[in-house]
Parts: sequence; C-alpha cells; structure tokens
Amino acid sequence: MSVWLLIVLCGVVTFAIRLSFIAAEGTFTFPPGFRRLLTFVPVATLTALVIPDLLMPQGTLWLAWDNARLTAGLAAIAIAAITRSVLWTLVGGFVVLWIGS
Amino acid sequence: MLVGVIPFGMIYGALALSQGLNPAAALAMSTILFAGSAQFLFCQLFGVGAPGLVIVAEVGLLNLRHALYSAALAPQIVHLPWRWKLALAYLLTDEAYATIARREASGAVSSLHWRWFYLGAGLGLWGSWQLSTAVGVLLGARLPADWPLDFALPLTFIAIVVPLIRNRTLLAVAAVSGCVALLLAGLPFKLGLLVAALAGMTIGWRLAGSLR
Repeated sequence: MSVWLLIVLCGVVTFAIRLSFIAAEGTFTFPPGFRRLLTFVPVATLTALVIPDLLMPQGTLWLAWDNARLTAGLAAIAIAAITRSVLWTLVGGFVVLWIGS
Repeated sequence: MLVGVIPFGMIYGALALSQGLNPAAALAMSTILFAGSAQFLFCQLFGVGAPGLVIVAEVGLLNLRHALYSAALAPQIVHLPWRWKLALAYLLTDEAYATIARREASGAVSSLHWRWFYLGAGLGLWGSWQLSTAVGVLLGARLPADWPLDFALPLTFIAIVVPLIRNRTLLAVAAVSGCVALLLAGLPFKLGLLVAALAGMTIGWRLAGSLR
C-alpha cells in the first residue's frame, strides 16, 4: 500500500470517528453500553502504548533505576499529576531522561 | 495550550523523516490526519514496515477516544448547519476538547459566541500544528540521529492519561491494559496494543456495570 493511500485511509477513519456522535445527534442513538465502553478508551489505549515503552525499552523487561526511560516516565507521571500540563511533562521527562542516560 | 503543541509538532516532523517518510507525506499527514499522537504511531509503524491494514487499525483504535469528544460536543452543535458540524468535527483534537471543557467549566462563553470561540481555538491549534510540523521537517535532517525524539510520545500520553485516572475503575483499566501490553510486547508491529486496549476496556465495562 502506498504511503499516500495509507495517510488518506487513516484520515478518513479519524474524521469518521470525530464526526460520529456529531452527525448522529438527533437522528440516531448509540446504545448506552457503547457510550459506557467509550469512557474507558483513552486510559486503555494510551496506557497500553506507554507501559511497554517504559518497562521494555530494549524488548525485555528492565525493572531497575538505571533504566532511564522508566525513571523519566515515573518522573513524568508525578509531574503530570501535579501540573496537568503536557508541556511541563514533556520538559521534565526529557530532562530526567537526559540526566539518566 | 498552543505552547504545548509547538514542540510536539516539531518533534513529529523530525521523527517522520527519521522513520523514512518523505517531507511531502509528513506535511500532508498533519493536514489530512491532524492527530499528533496517531501521526507518531503511524511513523513508528511505518518505520518498521508494518502492513497497511495494521497501521489503519491501530491508528483507528488510538483515535477512538475522539468519539468521546464527539459525543460531548454533539448536543451543543446539533442546531448548527452542516458546514459547521463538518468543520468542527475536523478540528476535534485532545487539545481542542480540553480547551472547550475548561472554558465551559468556567461558564465564560455565551452560547451565541460559543461556535466562534471553538472555531478560533481549533484554527489556532491547527495553524500551530502545521507550522511546527514544517519547522520539524526542515530541522529534522540536521538533528543527531541518536536523539530520543520518540520518547515524546509516551510522555505526551502520560500527560493525557494521568489526570484522567480519577477512580478505582479507571485505575483497574490502566493496570489491566498495561499488564496485557507487557505480556504481549513480543508481538510484531505493536499488535499487543489491540488486545491490551480491548482487555482494559472490557474490565472497565464489567466493573462499572457491577457497581451500578
């Protein structure tokens, strides 16, 4: 598949998701169970991407303080909980990663 | 708000080139997809030669959270003409949603001006994203190859997820999807992500159902 076709397909899927409830409002009602399932989507998908990046940066489990991605990730979790800011989480995470590696 | 988008866009532009995308495709993706984290995932999967269908499925799953934002926005714009609905849907991102949610909580915008406020916020984010992506593409070739730019993705996700975990059900969702993702991390092309996210969503659905 060419990269252009892939980009367009991903764009169409993403736009359809963004338009879904906006287009359906007033004419079609999604099942309440679907709405409830959706509330867990951000935490489920984003955590599933993050955890292996932190604990297995080289493909195997690496639970130690000298795993710079793990310490930087833990620092980022603390910063995100306190500041709730994407910018400060990025800055803090990269600084700790830089110190640790 | 805009300040957080700019470094992220620059990192995306540089990462896209390092994963083998050509500059035109990297820029077009910012316009067509307009979803930072999905663009990162796209580049990473493209870089390791993942099959096209896998890329579309994982980008779709990652962006499924936008349906939640769509549901939150829908009742407020139900009376607007279609051209507004299409434009506002296109501009619906994590950041745009956060901006509306915050402004709504403070009750500062009258319903009459609301659509213009949202359009302005969305277009501001859109412009910043296109510009910062272009800067990243221009600078990308000059950055040292060993800079860990890819780490911007987990850091951004941490910044989005941590404030979302407000109760024990959501903590259980995070724990289950994190553990399943670790167990299946050996699968190629991040395919474990699909199973892990579904496992986490199922646990949340079951827990929330049993509580009510």
